[in-house]
Amino acid sequence: MTPEQALLETEVAIEMITVVIDGFEVTVPKGTLVIRAAEKLGIQIPRFCDHPLLKPAGACRQCLVDIEINGRAFPKPQASCTIPVENNMIVKTQLTSTVAEKAQEGIMEFLLINHPLDCAVCDKGGECPLQNQAMSTGRPESRFEGVKRTFEKPISISSQVLLDRERCVLCARCTRFSEEIAGDPFITLNERGALQQVGIYEKDPFESYYSGNTVQICPVGALTGTSYRFRARPFDLVSIDSACEHCASGCAMRTDIRRGKTLRRLAGDDPSVNEEWNCDKGRWAFKYLTNRERVTTPMIRGADGELHETSWPEAIAFAAAGLKDKRAGVLVGGRTTVEDAYGYSKFARVALGTNDIDFRARPHSDEETSFLSRVALNLKTTYKDIDVADQVVLLGFEPEEESPIVFLRIYKQVSKRALPVLSDAPFASRGSEKLGAVLISDLSKIANLTTKSVVIVGERLAETRGAFSSVYELINKSGAKLAWIPRRSGEPGALAAGAIPTLLPGGRPVTDPAARVDVAAAWSVESLPTSQGRSTSEILLALNVKNLDAVVIGGVDPLDISSTALTQLLNSFVVSLEISHSAITAVADVVLPVAAVIEKSGSYLDWQGSPRVFEKAIADSLSRSDVRILSMLADEMGSPINLPTVSATAREIASLGKWDGTPVAFEKSVSEKITELGEKLNLKSWRLLLDLGTLQGGEANLAGTARKASAHISKARAEKIGVKSGELISISSELGSLELPVEICEMADDLIWVPRNSIGSQVIANLGFVNGQVKVIKA
Amino acid sequence: MTELTPRPDDLGLTAAAKANVPIENQNAKSFFAQLQGFWVTFTTMFKKVTTVEYPEVKEPMAEGFHGRHQLNRYDDGLEKCIGCELCAWACPADAILVEGESNTEDARYSPGERYGKVYQINYLRCIFCGLCVEACPTRALTMTNEYELADDSRSKLIFEKEDLLAPLRSGALKPPHPMAEGKTHIDYYRGDITDIKND
Ligand code: SF4
Ligand code: SF4
Ligand code: SF4
Ligand code: SF4
Ligand code: FES
Repeated sequence: MTPEQALLETEVAIEMITVVIDGFEVTVPKGTLVIRAAEKLGIQIPRFCDHPLLKPAGACRQCLVDIEINGRAFPKPQASCTIPVENNMIVKTQLTSTVAEKAQEGIMEFLLINHPLDCAVCDKGGECPLQNQAMSTGRPESRFEGVKRTFEKPISISSQVLLDRERCVLCARCTRFSEEIAGDPFITLNERGALQQVGIYEKDPFESYYSGNTVQICPVGALTGTSYRFRARPFDLVSIDSACEHCASGCAMRTDIRRGKTLRRLAGDDPSVNEEWNCDKGRWAFKYLTNRERVTTPMIRGADGELHETSWPEAIAFAAAGLKDKRAGVLVGGRTTVEDAYGYSKFARVALGTNDIDFRARPHSDEETSFLSRVALNLKTTYKDIDVADQVVLLGFEPEEESPIVFLRIYKQVSKRALPVLSDAPFASRGSEKLGAVLISDLSKIANLTTKSVVIVGERLAETRGAFSSVYELINKSGAKLAWIPRRSGEPGALAAGAIPTLLPGGRPVTDPAARVDVAAAWSVESLPTSQGRSTSEILLALNVKNLDAVVIGGVDPLDISSTALTQLLNSFVVSLEISHSAITAVADVVLPVAAVIEKSGSYLDWQGSPRVFEKAIADSLSRSDVRILSMLADEMGSPINLPTVSATAREIASLGKWDGTPVAFEKSVSEKITELGEKLNLKSWRLLLDLGTLQGGEANLAGTARKASAHISKARAEKIGVKSGELISISSELGSLELPVEICEMADDLIWVPRNSIGSQVIANLGFVNGQVKVIKA
Repeated sequence: MTELTPRPDDLGLTAAAKANVPIENQNAKSFFAQLQGFWVTFTTMFKKVTTVEYPEVKEPMAEGFHGRHQLNRYDDGLEKCIGCELCAWACPADAILVEGESNTEDARYSPGERYGKVYQINYLRCIFCGLCVEACPTRALTMTNEYELADDSRSKLIFEKEDLLAPLRSGALKPPHPMAEGKTHIDYYRGDITDIKND
């Protein structure tokens, strides 16, 4: 945090100091570094190691300036990135002092002596601070005639980060990032002098979820991403500000496109959300578009049972005929933009005349429905609250795996001021260890909640009956801040857009006549369905037993919901809006191709509820956003929803606004009785950040850094089954089984934890449920 | 201030044509003076001709002529181009498109790590300035004397890498193939790779 930010945050008067830099006066808060004060005047001092979000290091010495305090000059030029301003300080940069200029030239000469200058094959060429500053600050002619230091190149720091050691200027940005920001001190500076180099600890590979940031902040081409290596030059690329589609953290991103193809993504700069960081999934998982076969033309299933390509009018007519006057439901999926979710929401109500719509393509419960529509929608907790929290409680939420930037934010406070963190996880994951989280077995262990405490609940809380109710009580009693952070980027937006059986857009309850009148008027329809609709699992059940005839499905993977979801669809008319061929398109009667994120504009809501708007990255794409297609479909069905474009939809959402009536009270549920386990163990699981998720397909380098799947059990349990760490165990339910190596850790003896969707451990597919009792034996 | 009058539609040409302007200097020259003119024509018949019967006969171009580009090879056939895109960057006409790629153990096209996978020059845009040749760090790109660059479609005038690559000398091997035994990309770059005999 810079002193300016500190000033804003604490609102305590901070002493201001006036210094003279190159003859200009500037007044900055006490503690500001000279290099920052100079920036304020528009004076750029060359630098490599200095980074505003990292602690000063003074490692590269490129920023030398002449400094004089109270009339006494320092005997030698000083590193302006390590020296805070002081009263009566006079600074002379390279612009006014020949000493500083010469010092900087000298440093640059030293840096270049050991630099291979292989810019021609270096990915950084064209956007390289070393190139630029060698031009602005370096000597025009080289005096070096010796032999340059060389290293074997490149070495893999991980499967997705490569290191060319001779290009390194030893600025320690990468090591400081890993240590200070990510808490993964896996790369370090080894050796001394000319041989000094960045290295990895032999035993632990650099397995950080944030490693891509080191590539982004390396001021030279020493760290490069495997996937982007030699792919392009900056002048080939068109950069578009975008938002990340992977999770609800809501990172600002920059997407670099060359002729219709994403070549790389970088973290954008949004101090209120991701600062300047993002996670490796957001950075490198974009090949899912080119990985699977794209659906490019509409298709309908013919009498022969095969899908046949057809024209848009024909496909729309076919879909409309199958949906008109039928009992139909809508499964939206958790990855839609707000505008698309709104399209589905309006389509269900107006064209299908039903409230059977749900965005949750994952285990869910009625209690959760009630919590989402009555509580979650009105939460106002933000990242800022984490910054000033006196304690953070994580319930059904594993931040490093499920919302990595939230993790970074908590970790920042943990490392800065030892913020206490509680977690209800069954064992201490690596994320929990980094946060020093205290594990609690039940909510009664949470003490000292104040109005400054932040309680974060994840989507997995829906898997424990009564959990939301207990949290609700806890919050009501203590006044602590509550945040709901689902895993997927589309869920907060879909909730706000009313893609849920209990709510119309803007949080209007479907059961409230006034709310219905409100929305019906805005939509110019006579009336809206009055009763609460079915949830995802109820829709699937109803389809299976023919209580519903048809279903419209967005981007949903049936195996995220249950092992039977796909078979439940088989008897009904399925309209699938998809980008690529999938399990759903394989059984769909109509497949309508939709635009992927880079081909459309739109917005997500991050978990704070703030919009993350993005523009179309591929300007000439012909693919259409879901909402546009739903609008065509509704027209054909004779009950138009009038949402011809994304911008028109955004305008309608804005004009509809939020519900200001009285919200319905949260319906509490009672917690489950713990049933006798006998010899069985209670299964716990969550998804790892890098796993078999659909959107991570096609990127082998990223998959290479995924954490290996292993089953966690307690020591006593391991002894009982007779396995040692690393040996295989078999975990089985009535529906199937899976085998995993064991990792012994501190946890309750009646629990077992496995990753939910990793290689060799796809819990829903293999065992049939996410929460239940399993038999565990030595394999 | 006077009113501005609009310019006449015909720019005043009609009026000028109608005006009766006498044509002067029409007096005929003397016969002798006319003969002088024909004399120049006559003597030219006995001068050495500098034009040739193109395209049957072709004159060699001057040294340093800027003709069609060529992507050069090392003596053993490996490509010199490293796909760095510096030529594309230097080009004022945006005529060059390059995409780099990594050499692998199984498929090596150039010494070192990187090669040019896609290389196109659009001769509809190229102005033959030669800045690309100056930019090339490996001497991969040079210009030949070939100037016959005309065709009947736009796409034919976008030359691909295959069209631009230098022909293989005898003894050279078509990439992909490994670097010469015991040599590194540095040896190649220094030109220490002359006596390679691939068969
Ligand atoms: S690898 Fe890059 S970021 Fe790391 S110390 Fe070297 S130059 Fe700095
Ligand atoms: S933290 Fe989430 S939003 Fe940010 S880049 Fe990673 S996946 Fe995307
Ligand atoms: S000769 Fe000039 S115009 Fe032609 S490709 Fe080279 S740089 Fe471009
Ligand atoms: S021709 Fe030369 S400048 Fe152009 S990409 Fe190849 S090596 Fe680089
Ligand atoms: S930027 Fe100041 S020492 Fe590196």
